[in-house]
Amino acid sequence: RANDRELNLSYKYSVSTGVDYSFQTNVYMMCVCVYVDNAIKTSKYNIFTFLPLNLFEQFQRLANAYFLFLLCLQSIPEVSSLPWYTTVVPLVLVLSMTMAKDGSDDMVSSTSTNYSIKTALFLILLSSSSRETNLKVKQALTVTGKLEDSVEKLANFNGEVRCEPPNNRLDKFTGTLTLKGETYSLDNERILLRGCTLRNTQWCFGLVIFGGPDTKLMQNCGRTTFKRTSIDRLMNVLVLSIFGFLMIMCLILAIGNGIWEYQEGSKFAAFLPKGVNAPFSAFLTFWSYVIILNTVVPISLYVSVEIIRLGNSFYINWDRKMYYPKNDTPAEARTTTLNEELGQIKYIFSDKTGTLTQNVMTFNKCSINGKAYGETSFNTHWSQSVDFSWNNLADPKFCFHDNSLVEVVREGNPEVQAFFRLLSLCHTVMPEEKKEGELYYQAQSPDEGALVTAARNFGFVFRSRTPESITVVEMGELVTYELLAVLDFNNVRKRMSVIVRSPEGKLTLYCKGADTIIFERLNPSCSNLTEFAGEGLRTLALAYKDIDPEYMEDWKLRHHVANTAMDEREEKLDALYEEIEKGLLLLGSTAVEDKLQDGVPQTIEQLSKADIKIWVLTGDKQETAENIGYSCNMLREEMNEVFIVSAFALEKDMEIELLRTACMCQTVICCRVTPLQKAQVVELVKKYKQAVTLAIGDGANDVSMIKAAHIGVGISGQEGMQAVLSSDYSFAQFRYLQRLLLVHGRWSYLRMCKFLRYFFYKNFTFTFVHFWYGFFCGFSAQTVFDEWFITLFNLVYTALPVLSLSLFDQDVNDWWSFQYPQLYTPGQLNQYFSKRAFVYTVLHSGYSSLVLFFIPWAAMYDTVRDDGKEIVDYQSFALLAQTCLLIAVSIQLGLDTHYWTAMNQFFLWGSLSVYFAVIFTMYSNGMFLTLTSSFPFIGTARNSLNQPNVWLTMLLTSVLCVLPVVAYRFLRILLWPTINDKVRGRGYKVRQDKVLPPTPRRVQARRTSTRRSGYAFSHAQGYGDLVTSGKFLRRTPKSRPALFSQTDSPLAQTQPQFYRTISEREEPPLSP
Amino acid sequence: MGKAKANAGPLARRPDNSAFKQQRLPAWSPMLTAQTVLPFFYGMAIVCVLLGVWLLVTVQNTHELKVDYTHAGSCDKCFEKRKDRANANQSCNCTVVFNIENTFKGDVFFYYGLINFHQNLRQYMDSRDDGQMIGRNKNLKNPSYYCEPFIKDKNGLPIAPCGAVANSMFNDSFTLMYHSAAGSRVVPLFRKGITWYTDKNVKFRNPQVENKTLTLAQVFEGTGQPLYWQKPVYDLDPWDRNNNGFINEDLIVWMREAAFPNFKKLYGVLNRAIEPFTDGLPAGNYSVLISYNFPVEYFQGRKEVVLSTVSWFGGQNNFLPVAYLVTGCLILLLAVILTAVWWKFGKNGRNMKE
Repeated sequence: RANDRELNLSYKYSVSTGVDYSFQTNVYMMCVCVYVDNAIKTSKYNIFTFLPLNLFEQFQRLANAYFLFLLCLQSIPEVSSLPWYTTVVPLVLVLSMTMAKDGSDDMVSSTSTNYSIKTALFLILLSSSSRETNLKVKQALTVTGKLEDSVEKLANFNGEVRCEPPNNRLDKFTGTLTLKGETYSLDNERILLRGCTLRNTQWCFGLVIFGGPDTKLMQNCGRTTFKRTSIDRLMNVLVLSIFGFLMIMCLILAIGNGIWEYQEGSKFAAFLPKGVNAPFSAFLTFWSYVIILNTVVPISLYVSVEIIRLGNSFYINWDRKMYYPKNDTPAEARTTTLNEELGQIKYIFSDKTGTLTQNVMTFNKCSINGKAYGETSFNTHWSQSVDFSWNNLADPKFCFHDNSLVEVVREGNPEVQAFFRLLSLCHTVMPEEKKEGELYYQAQSPDEGALVTAARNFGFVFRSRTPESITVVEMGELVTYELLAVLDFNNVRKRMSVIVRSPEGKLTLYCKGADTIIFERLNPSCSNLTEFAGEGLRTLALAYKDIDPEYMEDWKLRHHVANTAMDEREEKLDALYEEIEKGLLLLGSTAVEDKLQDGVPQTIEQLSKADIKIWVLTGDKQETAENIGYSCNMLREEMNEVFIVSAFALEKDMEIELLRTACMCQTVICCRVTPLQKAQVVELVKKYKQAVTLAIGDGANDVSMIKAAHIGVGISGQEGMQAVLSSDYSFAQFRYLQRLLLVHGRWSYLRMCKFLRYFFYKNFTFTFVHFWYGFFCGFSAQTVFDEWFITLFNLVYTALPVLSLSLFDQDVNDWWSFQYPQLYTPGQLNQYFSKRAFVYTVLHSGYSSLVLFFIPWAAMYDTVRDDGKEIVDYQSFALLAQTCLLIAVSIQLGLDTHYWTAMNQFFLWGSLSVYFAVIFTMYSNGMFLTLTSSFPFIGTARNSLNQPNVWLTMLLTSVLCVLPVVAYRFLRILLWPTINDKVRGRGYKVRQDKVLPPTPRRVQARRTSTRRSGYAFSHAQGYGDLVTSGKFLRRTPKSRPALFSQTDSPLAQTQPQFYRTISEREEPPLSP
Repeated sequence: MGKAKANAGPLARRPDNSAFKQQRLPAWSPMLTAQTVLPFFYGMAIVCVLLGVWLLVTVQNTHELKVDYTHAGSCDKCFEKRKDRANANQSCNCTVVFNIENTFKGDVFFYYGLINFHQNLRQYMDSRDDGQMIGRNKNLKNPSYYCEPFIKDKNGLPIAPCGAVANSMFNDSFTLMYHSAAGSRVVPLFRKGITWYTDKNVKFRNPQVENKTLTLAQVFEGTGQPLYWQKPVYDLDPWDRNNNGFINEDLIVWMREAAFPNFKKLYGVLNRAIEPFTDGLPAGNYSVLISYNFPVEYFQGRKEVVLSTVSWFGGQNNFLPVAYLVTGCLILLLAVILTAVWWKFGKNGRNMKE
C-alpha cells in the first residue's frame, strides 16, 4: 500500500524543484526514489543559547537542583548554618566543569553527526541487507533500462512510484512504477537498500524512495536509548536512600533541638534571646542540619564519577595493545559513561561475519585422489609458505604451506591437474583484468573466490569468461572451454556443476558440492571412496563425469524446454539437473576455511574462563554458523549442551522457554536471525536475566543489537561506519575484546567501586562527626569543622588523591588479568559495590566518626596547652577534629590503594601538605586583617599545632581508625581469600622472590578435528543465470562522465572488496 | 576523542607508548602479608603501651584541684541572690575554703570553670563582630547584624563589644588567699599573659584613632556597654589602664568560645617571684574570695575554681594515657590473635591456593 502522506510530500518536493527524480541505470541497476527531508539537527547548542540552555539542563538534574535548593536555604539567616560560599564554590566549580564537558561533547557530537549525515546522503542510493549474503543481483526495469545514460531522457522521464510505507523487512519490497499509463511492478530486485555497495557496475541512476530514518537500514536499527550503567542505577537508589537517611538524621537532631530548647534553651535565653519557641526552633534546626549534613550527598560525587569515567575512557583510546597497525585504527571509547559496566559483562552477543571471522576464505588443505595436502591453519605460522614465482599469474597474496602439492601439479599428475581444472571451471566468479596479468576475481561468495584463486596459483588460471566460454591458462597454456551449461547452486541442491566442451571436443561435467550430496551421486565403481574418506577432508567434494555428446544434445534440448516453461520451471530444471549429475567420479575434496580473525579462539576461551557467556547471532545458515562455532572453540565435539537456534521464533509465549533452554547451554548460536531479531534476543536476555550484556558487531545489520545491549562494541575499519557510529566502543579486531573487558573493564569497575566505597566512607565519616557534635552543642547546627574546611574538603583536600586512586589503581596488572580470567567474575556478581557493601561502608564510617569525634573530645576535655592557655576552644577543637579526619581518611585511602604510582604518592602527600599550607594561610594574620569575617580562625593553627597532645590525639585516632581495618583485611585474606587476593599474593611473591613468573599457560591450540574443518560453506544462490544470460557481459567498458562531482564521498573509501586471501598476518602473535 | 594526530603516515594514529598512557607506571604494590602486618601490629602495640606509660607518668606528676563554688560555703547566699535579676547590680562577695595537700610544684594556673554553659551554640557563637573587636571604627559604631539582638542598648547607642558572647562575659572575680602559720596572705596572680599571643596582638585591637592623646573612654564615646555588664569596656581593669577596651585579657579569653558546654578558662597565673610561691603553691589551707556576679541558676550551670599545674603534655587529662595503654593492649591482643590465625591457616599458604 502506498504511503499517501509520504508520497504526497515527496511529490510536492519533486514538483517544486521541477525535476523528476526518477533515475534509471545503464545496465542492470535501477534505484528508485523520492527524497524525503532528512535534515537532522546536529548540535544542541549555539554560542548564545549555550549558557542558559546548559544551566537549565544542569539544574534539571536532581543533584544540581538540590544544591540550588540548599543555596536558597542558606540565604535564610535563621536557617543558614554555613556561609554561602560552602555551597556556591563547589556548585560553581561543578557547573562549570560539567558545562565544559557538555560543550566539548556537543562539539564532538556535532562533528560526528555531520559525518554520519554525509554517509546518509551518499549511501542512500545504495542499500543493503545483511552482509552474509554477499553479492546480489539487482536489475533495472527494462523500461527504465532503455534510458541508458542520457541525461536529457532522464530529465524528461516522468513517472509515479507507489510503494509500501517504510518498514524494516530487508527481503521484501512492494511497489509500482506508473509510466505513461502503464504500471510496472517494483520488487526487491529493483531496489538498492541503504548501506550496500555497488559492484560490477560503474554507475547507476536511481530514485531515492526513503531517506534517513525511513530507510530499511535505519528501521532495523532499533531504538536509541540513553544508556546508563548498573552502578549508575545503584547510585541513584543509594542517593535516594541517603536522602532518606539524611532526613532521618536531621529529624533526630531537630527533635533533639526541640527537646533541648524546651529543657535548657529557654533558660539559656538570658544569654541568647531567641524569640522563637521550641517547635519552631526545631523546625529551623531541621533545615540548618539539612545544610550541614548535605555532604553525605556531595555534589562532587557526580563530577568525580564523570572524571573517572573520562579518564578510563582515555586509557582505552591510548591503549597500544588495542591499536591495529594494519589499518591504523586505535580503539575508541565513543561513550565515556559506561566504563565500569565493561567489568560486569555476563553475556556477549557476537555477530559472526566480520567480527569473529575476517570474511576471508582461505584454501589451505585439500585431498586429491586420496592423498591429503596442506596443513591446518594453526601450523602455518611456522612452516614455509609455497613459492609461486614460477606462475606469473599467481595471486601474490595467496599462500599455501605444502610444497608437495606444487611439485605434483608441476609434474603433471593428471588427477591433480583435473582437480584444479575443475576449480578453475566450475564456478560463477567474474574475472576482471584491469591491467595485463593483474586479475581480480569477484565472487558471489568468498569461498568460491578462494577456490578459484587456489586453482589460479597452482597453474590453472581462470582468465576470462563469455556466456559461451571460459578461458583458462592451464600451466601457462591458454585453453578455451566452451561453456554448455551452468547448473547453479542453491540451498537444496548444495552443489553446482558446469558442463564444458574442451578444445579437443570432450564433454565434461564438473561438479562440486557438499560431501554428503556428492557421495550420493558417485559412480558405484568409485572404489577408493572409503580410503578417501579415511583421509579426512569431506567438506566440499569435487567430482567430474565425461558426457556422451548425443546424450548432451538431447539433454540440452530438454533443458531449453524446461528453462522456458511457464509453470513448474524450477522443478523441471531440478529434475534435469538431478538426471545428469549422476555417476560422478570423485576427484578429491577440499576445505576452505572461513578465516577467523587472529586470536579469536583464544579470546573466546579466555572470555568463557571469565564466565562470560557468548552467544553468536548470525544471519548465516546453520551449517556455516556451526562450523565457525567449532573452529573458534565455542563448540567442541565433546560438548553436549549446545544450543543452536535456527529459524528463530521470537513469539511472546516462546520467549521464556527459549531463554530457559538457551541459558542451560554452554554455547548458544542463533542462525538466520534478522537484525531486529538480534536486538530482540538481546532485549530478552536483558529483561529476564538482569545481566549486563555486550553486543559486538561490525556491520549495519548489527546496529540494532549494538544499540539494544548495555554495551555496544563496533568493529571498525572493516565495513562501513554504521556499527561503529552507533557503538559505545570500537576497535579493529575481535581479540581486543578480551583486553577491553578483562583489563580495561575490570580495572574500570574496580576503580569505580573503590572510588564509590571510599567516597561514601569519606563523606559519611565527615558528616557523622557533625551528627555527634549535635549532642554537645544543643543541636544548634553548629559545625565541627571550619567552614572553609567544609568547603574545601571534597574539592581540594581529598579530591586529587581519590581521583588518582580511581585512575591509577590496579589490583594486579594486565598480565595477571589475562593469566587469571576468573578475576573478572566478581564484577559480574556485583561484588565490589552493592547495597551490602554500601551498608558496610556506612557502618565503617559510623565507627570512624565515633573515633574521630569522641577521641579528640575526650583527649581535649578539660585540658590546656603546655603553657596553661586555652586549647579546648571551639576553633582549636575544629582544627584538631578536621586534621584527625583528614589524616584518617588519607590513611584509609592509602590502605585502599593497591598500586602506588608516583602520582598517588604525589597527590596524597601533596594534598596533605596543601591542607597544612592552606590552614596556615587561612589562619594567618593577613587573611584575617583583609577578610575579617570570613577568616576568624586566626592563629589557631599556630597555637594548637605546636602542642604535643594535639599530635598524640591525631596519632591515636589514626591508629584506632586504621588498625581494625588492617586486621580485618589481613584476616580476610588469611581465611577467606578472594581470587584477587590469591592472584595478588602470587604476583607479590613473584616480585619478592625475584623469580620468573610462571610461564604463560599457552592456550593449547586445539586442533580442529578433521571431521569438522572450518569450511564455511557459505555458497548461496549464485548468478549462474547471469553468467549464461550474457547480460552481465554486455557491459561497455566506457565509463560515464561523472554526473555528480562528489568523488570524495565515503563510498570512495569503501572500496569494493575483492575477497582477500590469507597473507594479512603481520601482526605478532597475541602477547599476554 | 581519539583525535588523529597531525602527522600523516601509516601509524599516524598509533597511541603514544608512554608508561602513563599504557598504564604501566612504575608502582609499589604493597600487600598485607604476615611479614609486614604482624611486626607492624607488635610494633604499634609496643609504641602505644610505652606512650601510654610515659604519658601516664607525666600526667600523674601534674596537680589539679577543682573547687565548685556554685553554692559552696558562703556563696550560697550569692547564688540565691543571683536568681533574681533585679539584684544584678548589687555586689555579692563570698568565700570558699579548701586545702591543698601536696605542693603544686611549678607554674600554677588559676582557672574558672563553667559547667553546662553552652558557648558552642551556633547562634551564640555567631553573635559577635570580629570587625569591631579588631578596632575598625566603622564596625565600632555600626556593628554587624550578627550581633542581633545585642547591637544597640536601650539608648540606641551601638554596643561595644556587641553580641551575645561579649554580653554574657563571665564577671566573677577572685582573690586567692593562702592561710599559713605565718598568717593569711593573698596569692599573687598574673592577670595578664593569659591569652594567645595572636589574640592579644592581632585579633583584638582597640579602635584606632588619629589623635593619640584621647583616652580610651573618649575613644569609646558614643557606644554603649553590653547589657549585662556592670562596667564599660574601657573600664574593665581598673588597675591596669593598658588592659582595657577590646584588649582586656579576660574579655579575650572569654571571646575564645569553648567547644563544649563544660569548660574552664584561664583567670591568672601564679606569680612565682614572691615567697613562699617560688616553687609553686605550697600545701596548706587556702580560700578564694569571690565577687559572685555571674548567674548560673538559669541554665542549671555550675561554677568552679580550678588550680592546676601543667606538663609538656598540657593539663591533667588522663584520657590519652589510659587510651594509649588500652589501645596498646588491644593491639597486642589483636596481634596475638592474628598470629595464631596466621599460624593455623595462613602460614603454609593453603588458602591461597586456587
